[in-house]
Parts: sequence; C-alpha cells; structure tokens
Amino acid sequence: MNTENKSYTISIYTENNLGLLNRVSSIFLKRHINIESLTTSQSEIENVNRFVIVAPMSAHQAYKIVGQLEKQIEVIKAYAHSDDETIYQETALFKVASDSLFDERQIQNIIKDSHANIVTVSREYFVIEKTGRRHETEQLYQDLKPYKLMQFVRSGRISVTKEPMNISEMLAAF
Amino acid sequence: METKTQTTTKKSKEKMLHISGAEAVVKCLLAEGVDLLYGYPGGAIMPIYDELYKYQEQLQHVLTRHEQGATHAAQGYARVTGKVGVAMATSGPGATNLVTGIADAQIDSTPMVCITGQVGKHLLGTDAFQETDIVGISTPVTKWNYQITEASEIPAILAKAFYIARSGRPGPVLIDITKNAQFDTFDFAYEKCTSIRSYKAVPDVDKKQLLDAASLINKAKKPLIVFGQGVILGEAEAEFKALIEKAGIPAAWTILGLSALESKHPLNVGMVGMHGNYGPNKLTNECDLLIAIGMRFDDRVTGDLSRYAKQAKVIHFDIDPAEIDKNVKTDVAVLGNAKETLGQIIPLVDENAHETWLQEFRDYDAIEFDQVIKEELYPSKDGITMGEVLKEINQVTKGKAVIVSDVGQHQMFACRYAEFNQTKSNITSGGLGTMGFALPAAIGAKMGAPEREVIAIIGDGGYQMTIQELGTIFQTKAAVKIVVLNNEFLGMVRQWQQLFFDKRYASTEMTNPDFVTIAKGYHIDAQRVKKRENLTEAIEEMMASKDSYFLEVCVEKENNVFPMIPTGASVSDIRLS
Repeated sequence: MNTENKSYTISIYTENNLGLLNRVSSIFLKRHINIESLTTSQSEIENVNRFVIVAPMSAHQAYKIVGQLEKQIEVIKAYAHSDDETIYQETALFKVASDSLFDERQIQNIIKDSHANIVTVSREYFVIEKTGRRHETEQLYQDLKPYKLMQFVRSGRISVTKEPMNISEMLAAF
Repeated sequence: METKTQTTTKKSKEKMLHISGAEAVVKCLLAEGVDLLYGYPGGAIMPIYDELYKYQEQLQHVLTRHEQGATHAAQGYARVTGKVGVAMATSGPGATNLVTGIADAQIDSTPMVCITGQVGKHLLGTDAFQETDIVGISTPVTKWNYQITEASEIPAILAKAFYIARSGRPGPVLIDITKNAQFDTFDFAYEKCTSIRSYKAVPDVDKKQLLDAASLINKAKKPLIVFGQGVILGEAEAEFKALIEKAGIPAAWTILGLSALESKHPLNVGMVGMHGNYGPNKLTNECDLLIAIGMRFDDRVTGDLSRYAKQAKVIHFDIDPAEIDKNVKTDVAVLGNAKETLGQIIPLVDENAHETWLQEFRDYDAIEFDQVIKEELYPSKDGITMGEVLKEINQVTKGKAVIVSDVGQHQMFACRYAEFNQTKSNITSGGLGTMGFALPAAIGAKMGAPEREVIAIIGDGGYQMTIQELGTIFQTKAAVKIVVLNNEFLGMVRQWQQLFFDKRYASTEMTNPDFVTIAKGYHIDAQRVKKRENLTEAIEEMMASKDSYFLEVCVEKENNVFPMIPTGASVSDIRLS
C-alpha cells in the first residue's frame, strides 16, 4: 500500500444539517490528519452542501477517509482527488496602508502585473483581492510584504472536478 | 420556560393527539416496540420520567445505579434479542456517563438509542447547571446524533433514530432533548422511518461479486473462513452453516462471532486472534483462500498485517463498504447483508470436503491440547484454573446458557472454553474492551431472555468497576448468575508485565473486599470457593437457584492465558507458553 503523503482534495456532498461539520472534522482528527483548508457552501443542488477539504495524506488513507465519510448518515457522496483531477482556486485579501500606494510607485506595478483587483480604497487603507493558485497569492504576499501590509487573509481552496459528479442521479437512487 | 408556537403536522386526516413532547417520547418508544428501557433520572429529563410513571404498565423502566450501567444493560438486551436497546439519562454528568457504553456499542455494532435531557433551549451555551455539549462529545462515537429543541421534532427524529440504530450495520444513536421541548405541547402523529435519502443501509447484492467469490471458493484447496458478528447481526446462522457444510470449509470465529456456529460442529475450528486457537492462527498463513464473513480484521485478530495471510486470496463479505480494504486488501468483496449474500452463494459453490486440510487443524488441536488445554482444564497443581471453572459450568449448562464476560484474562478463558449451541449467546465487550461491562450487560441479557440462564463471568478488577449494579439486580430480582474469578490481580495486565516488563507488577495487585459479604448485603445468595473439591457442587448449587446468585472462585493468582500472539508479531508466531 502506498504510504507516501501528498495533497488530496476531499469533496463531500451532504445534507445541510447542524453538527455535520463536527462529524466530518472528527474523522480527520481520529486519524491524526491535519486539515490544511476547509470550505463549505451550497452546491449545485438545492439543500445539498459541499465541503472541499484539502489535507496531506497517503492514497490508502484517502481511500479510507472517503469510506468513513460516506458512512455518515447525512453524507451523500465523498470523493478524493489529486490536484491534477480538479480545477481549483483560492482567494486572498490584502489590506495595505494607503500612503504606500501614493509613496511607492512600485506597488502600482505589482498590482498591475499580478492581475489583482482593488476592492476598496479609503484615506487610511486600500484592499486588494487576488484569486488564483496558491503560488500566485503567495507571490503577491511576498511582493506586498515590504509595503506596510496591515492584514492578509487567504480562503480555503474551492474546486470543481474535471469528471462529472452525478449527485442528482445518486440522490434519486437512494 | 420560553413560550413556543405550536406546529401542526400535515397529516390532517388522522385524529391528532395534542400532547407534551415528553409524552410524545414515550409514545414514540411504544410505537417502536420498546417495552423496557434502562436509565437514571435527573433535572433535565424529569418531564419524560413523569410520563414514564404514567405509562409504567406498558413500558418498564429499570433504574440502574449508574448511567454507564444503563448503557451496558441496554447493550446486553440488544445483543441477546437483536432488538434496539434503549438507555436514558439526564443532562451533564448523566449524559457524559453514557459515553463509554456508547463507544462500546459503536465499535461492536450494537443497536442502541440513548435519550438525554438537556437544559432549556434559551439556556444553551450559557454554562447552565448540568449543561454539557453531549452532541459534540458523542459525535465521534455515535452512528448518528441530534439535538431536539422543539417538541414538534420529536416523532420524526425518534423514528429516524430507531431506523438508523437498527438498519444496515447497527450502532448507537444519541438524541438530546431540551427541557422546553419536553414540556411544550403539539399535535402528535407517528410514522415509522423506512428510508433516508443520504443513507444506504444495505448495499445491493452484486451478482458478479458472488460469481467471482464462488469461483475462488470452488478452486481453493485450502480455504479458511473467519466469521464475525455479521453472521449474528444479519441473522444468517442457517445460511452460514449450510454454506460451510456444502463446501466443507473450516470456520474460525472472532470473539464477537462466537456462538453463531455451535461449538461442537465438526467444521468449527475455533478462535482466531491474540489468544485464539493454535490451528486457525497458524493456518491463516497456510490457507490459499481466506474468506472473511462479517468481521473487520481487528488488530487483535490479525497481528502484524504485513505478515497476515499474504499467500492467500481474500474474499470479504460485509455489509459496510468502508470495511473493504480497510486493513486487509481483498481480491473479491461481496457487499450486502450476510443472510442475502450467503444465501445466494450456496447454490454457486461445489460440494466439497477438504478432508486433508481439516486434518491439519486437528493436528494443531492435538498439539494445543497437549501443551495448553490439558493443564488448563485438568490441572496437575492445587490452584483452581479459570479454564476448569468454565469446564464445570459447561457440564451444567450443556451449551444452552448465555455467557456474558467482562474484559481481561477471564474473558479469554470464557471465550476459549465456554460451549455454545445457540446463537446470540456470547456477550462480551470486544472492540472497546470495557472493564465493568459484564455485570450490567448480564442484567440486560437476562431481561431480554428471561427463559434462559445468564451467567456473567467477571474478573475481580472489572467487577469492582460496576459493582453498584448489584443494587439493580436486588431491586429488579433479575436472576443473573455472577461468577467472579478472583486472582487478586488485574490478570491480563499482570501477564503482560510478566512477559514484557520483567515482572514489574505496577499497580496490578489488588487487595479486595469480602465479595460474599457485599453480595449478601444486597440479599443475593453467595458463596466462595477456594478448593477444587468444592467447585462442582458450588456451581451446581448456583445453577439450581431460581434467583440471582453470586459465586466467587479464588483461582491461581499468576496463571497466564495461552496461546498468545504477542503485539506486533505475526499470527504464525503464536506462542504456546
């Protein structure tokens, strides 16, 4: 069995019920797997939620995690995908002191080159949003760090799969 | 109390009963066929207890002496009847005291519904008196759990709770009910739950899997079956027996599978695992086909996985898809309820006998008898052995009794030596290994099968973990036979200390109280046996009693359980001494 760790994206379709987040995360905790990011939102089906969890694990662990997740009463279907099987993005927000925008010409080039958007500008600060792969938001973070970066936050990964999911058919078959 | 708007269900055609949430809970239990439950009252569950008082003719509540006892009693009841056991407790400490029993039921797949009271909805999250997040605490050890905060939720949620607990691979469900939901009134109507859209209780049987499995079985020269509780939970004993008899396959059991096949059946080759029999353990690494039926390859069964049945093809019959390839890689997985899958595979397998292969088991049996069993059952030394106590009990019960064992050396002796000729008769804490399980579980077993003899085999350590349940036995007159095998040690730990920690007996020696006096304090007939010549008579006297009975047998202090597969060793490395 392959025991080498790599990054897996675990996608879980669930009912929208209270307490399920706890139940899902406890399955990772029990196996001592540190969740790198976790996002939950509505899915393409009404009243069905989708978790996207990124965590490092072995292929066999990923297989077993999916089995344990699907065993939960309110889980409709779970999948484990490697990075190349999904299309994924993250969003980062950067809050930078406004004086740097006017004092440092360089910062305007950074924003332009990174294809980031300015979300809001005030006298004290401005907020930049960048959506992309991890290395892109990471690069922008490194670039902006010297310029009075007041706050930085990055979302968990969201992803869709290249393969079809067919959850509606599955729901009809239960 | 906060005020609530009353909700009406849509079933307008039926005559609605306008009742409190508390009364609705009782009506739901009755609708699910519950006539007996175990529990302990307290502040946050008083409205439900008030209704239990009114309904006591239809629904018997057994007051245990500790909430943990309530869960184990419910487990004992469930294991012996196949029905859902029910335990009830108040919020806070009442609820947390259930957790061990819930975890035990989860790992041993026992159907159980636990109902806990909770502080009023308006107090949630305020650190109110006896408030605890039992839903959060019990999440990892329940098949499902839910907090009810509105009376109108009660019928649908309890229906779902019972459906989930008993369907598919059974397990414990906890329902937490806030006090306001117990007091509030609503229009009650009950409808049983028969499906949940995100939950597939039993996988569909796949014909191809059956054909592939049958083909492997028909080709095998040295097939070995290892069966677990799935045979019992699936009520597949008859199909199982028909299969092994037709295909002539030797069948070994895990301790939770014990009693699914009668002990003396010629194809019953004994117990697998750490203290199992020599033959089935050794031959696990000799067979060419390993057929696992309703078992989960627990580490106590497999030993070192990297040296477990590597030479064999593996077929795994299970109801739970998550068990497939979890620990042992299978060649063919057959998903479904064992009754269905085994029933359907019988016509596909060829008649066979495997006589020379079976002889290999008998040869190993002879070695084990010579080097282990003979001295255990017919000791040459003065001290009484645990094995001979079981042998004497067999003489009286003839394999008809329910044997409830606790956890430790005596448990292994009970599983190795007790004889069974009826299913659902071996009740023990397998997966969790909960000391203190046996005494309350025996109460539940006796109430579930009042016509049968129920004998609890307990060590002196585990006995003192739930000894307070003697009070329950005294009050309910449950005619449980209690046998404490007293070696004045936490014997299994002491054995490991002897073998692996250079005899440093850290905190395993026990100075025990006078157990006979304690039993008599509860007005339970009791005696102590110290000498072999008194053993048979004492057991006969116990079994002749119509009431509960306590028998303490002072056994040899430093005997060990053998054979043994040391932790981390392969099943092939099983030791006889």
